[in-house]
Amino acid sequence: MLEQAINGGRRYWVWIFFLLGVIGVGFLAYIYQFKMGLGVTGMSRDVSWGLYIGQFTFLVGVAASGVMVVLPYYLHDYKKFGRLTILGEFLAIAAVIMCMLFIFVDLGQPLRVLNVILHPTPNSVMFYDMLVLSGYLFLNILIGWTVLGAERKEVAPAKWVKPLIILSIAWAPSIHTVTAFLYAGIPGRHFWLTAILAARFLASAFAGGPALLIILALIVRKYTKFDPGKEAIQSLGKIVTYCMLLNVFFLGLELFTAFYSQIPGHMHAFQYLYAGYHGHNQLVPIMWVSSILALIAVVMLVFPQIRRNESLLAVACLATFFSLWIDKGFGLVVGGFVPNPFHKITEYWPTLPEALITLAIWAIGFLILTVLYKIAISVKEEVVFDKYGEKQIKAE
Amino acid sequence: MYNGAKIIIGLIIFLGLVIFPFIYSGGKATAKPDPKVDTPEILQLPENERKCVESKEYMKKEHMKMLNEWRDWVVRDGVTVYVSTSGKEYNMSLQNTCMKCHSNKEKFCDECHNYTAVNPYCWDCHIKPKEKES
Amino acid sequence: MSMDRREFIKIAGISSLLGLGGVSGVGAIKGRVEASQIKKSPEALQAKRWAMVVDMSKFKTEEDYQVCIDACHRVHNVPHITDNPKHEIKWLWPDTYEHSFPGNEDEYRADKYQHMPFLLLCNHCDNPPCVRVCPTQATFKRKSDGIVMMDMHRCIGCRFCMAGCPYGARSFNYKDPRPYIDESTQNPEFPTRMKGVVEKCTFCYERLAHGLEPACVEAAKEVAAKKGTTPGLVFGDLEDPNSEVRKILSERFTIRRKPDLGTGPSVYYII
Repeated sequence: MLEQAINGGRRYWVWIFFLLGVIGVGFLAYIYQFKMGLGVTGMSRDVSWGLYIGQFTFLVGVAASGVMVVLPYYLHDYKKFGRLTILGEFLAIAAVIMCMLFIFVDLGQPLRVLNVILHPTPNSVMFYDMLVLSGYLFLNILIGWTVLGAERKEVAPAKWVKPLIILSIAWAPSIHTVTAFLYAGIPGRHFWLTAILAARFLASAFAGGPALLIILALIVRKYTKFDPGKEAIQSLGKIVTYCMLLNVFFLGLELFTAFYSQIPGHMHAFQYLYAGYHGHNQLVPIMWVSSILALIAVVMLVFPQIRRNESLLAVACLATFFSLWIDKGFGLVVGGFVPNPFHKITEYWPTLPEALITLAIWAIGFLILTVLYKIAISVKEEVVFDKYGEKQIKAE
Repeated sequence: MYNGAKIIIGLIIFLGLVIFPFIYSGGKATAKPDPKVDTPEILQLPENERKCVESKEYMKKEHMKMLNEWRDWVVRDGVTVYVSTSGKEYNMSLQNTCMKCHSNKEKFCDECHNYTAVNPYCWDCHIKPKEKES
Repeated sequence: MSMDRREFIKIAGISSLLGLGGVSGVGAIKGRVEASQIKKSPEALQAKRWAMVVDMSKFKTEEDYQVCIDACHRVHNVPHITDNPKHEIKWLWPDTYEHSFPGNEDEYRADKYQHMPFLLLCNHCDNPPCVRVCPTQATFKRKSDGIVMMDMHRCIGCRFCMAGCPYGARSFNYKDPRPYIDESTQNPEFPTRMKGVVEKCTFCYERLAHGLEPACVEAAKEVAAKKGTTPGLVFGDLEDPNSEVRKILSERFTIRRKPDLGTGPSVYYII
């Protein structure tokens, strides 16, 4: 099956080489960071986590969102998702690998990363995060590859795959809950110290991930002979709608607790992010961009007439994705560190090397995604599905 | 053979890459490492007291592991005294015990480390003793 | 014998795993060292739980506290980073009341209290969140005396402890600290750190091991001797009812930073 990855047309190879170019530049930026230290980023003694950890947090959500397609198909026999499951699983693989890369580039001593395995620490949430992410990656690779291979041979997958799939359905929410636990149990960081953080993470994950999947499915339909299915995309759109509504609702809950209680510690991070605090307001514009995008997305998604129009759905999904990317991939992390434990403000903005390394990791993710999707679609194109999800006889 | 030209060219390139290091070093044998123990601090001691924490053979083989163990005992367990097999007690410290006698890192530690291309990162943090003219 | 690719990969994989497992297994059995070869130094200061009391009446001017900070930072080769305040490293530093005890703001508090220079450091908590979150136990609470330690060799620089500390007590080496250490005044008996690891006050564990009090406490004692008063920093065993810190706690009212977080800080302030 792997040989399908080098069987591409001109457009495919132009895209691959573009990604390789971005990766190359970012790799050079990483060498610079490795030599000089993390001081080349915008992080500080006060804001000790930044873009890298924010992107990691966001991408764990994207990885977990594969379950939104796998669960209905395998647990509730929702056949319409049949053509989407492999796309969801492969997206999860690319996302988890990106997560691990973001952690790696964020470490001050990356060559010592194996210390987390050599010295297991059951009381540390980060130890569990390493375990669940690795396990999820392994599960998705095993399941995705086996099911795809079986499809290629036009037989049913081996029986042992089913329990693993059930396991992955339970595992997916757990990876994002564990990631939320990284934040939600930290005393003294009141922006994060909320019981609903894990719920917020899951809601935003299950809105943002499927939104990305819809966009990817539309791209796949446009550029290949494989059609993931109009009804499948519509069902996924409904999932994005409800989860985005839930996500906005949860934000409302946070704002209520913070501002009705009037407790300074609870209010200050929100004030800093959305209104500026004591003259510091660097993040206010992009946080409002995130909120406005969320509002646009919700309005477009709620009305079925708009949602049923696939171009408008694509716009709504892009708005959802970028709104959540800003909120979870940036605002969440910085908000926890501002104001600092001394009630002072140190602001944070990524630097150029930081941005280049981030772009390179995204490019690696897209490269993995492209290659895996190429393989999956090549297999599926050969065993052609018609619009009713039925297999057609191969025209020969 | 099929693709004969490509295979032969590939083989020649491969051989070239493998032989390159030997040609580059000019074929001269690198000198055997000769760590010097004639630092002023050691020479100050009477001849029969010029002993390291353990025997030379033991230190040659095990100093890496011993330093790792010292590190964990001092930093993690708060224990600082080492009783060597000779019965003598030492304070477990690279900077303050080992380097007090072996104050010539370049002519001692680096001799073998350079020869074996080993680059221990101790010196990123642990301060090298100032080299004195011996 | 004929073998297909799949079988070959399976056999190669299992052989490698067995080989690696065998090597590490043999290594683990071989590498035993007799524990009788080590012992604690007889001159080491011992306690069940080290704690410090800061007597604010002794810290009025910058001179009073700067001498303690200088002693600490010099003994431990703490770099003095001036070109980028974001990268500053501090083990012991001063701050005003409302920054040392945020949440206790009061616009009507007397000026003399608002501007008191509180010396801040790691609180060596009894229930430290930083230790709870560290994924490698690079930071750990010493069972013998409650000091929250740093193992610079194991730290992977993930900075989870910095997020976890509610007191902002930890600094990260965002770059190589050596250019920022004055070689003429550096302490050759204590290492520096390298880029990529977290550092903080460690209650001078290396001095305690040789019977010396922490550098800041010693500096405060010298200042007090010169002035003819009692020292501004008192160090002792919180679990020893006869220690000096317990004596002070039984006689004076003290406050700690953010006690409501359940961290159990070991640094007390007499206002």
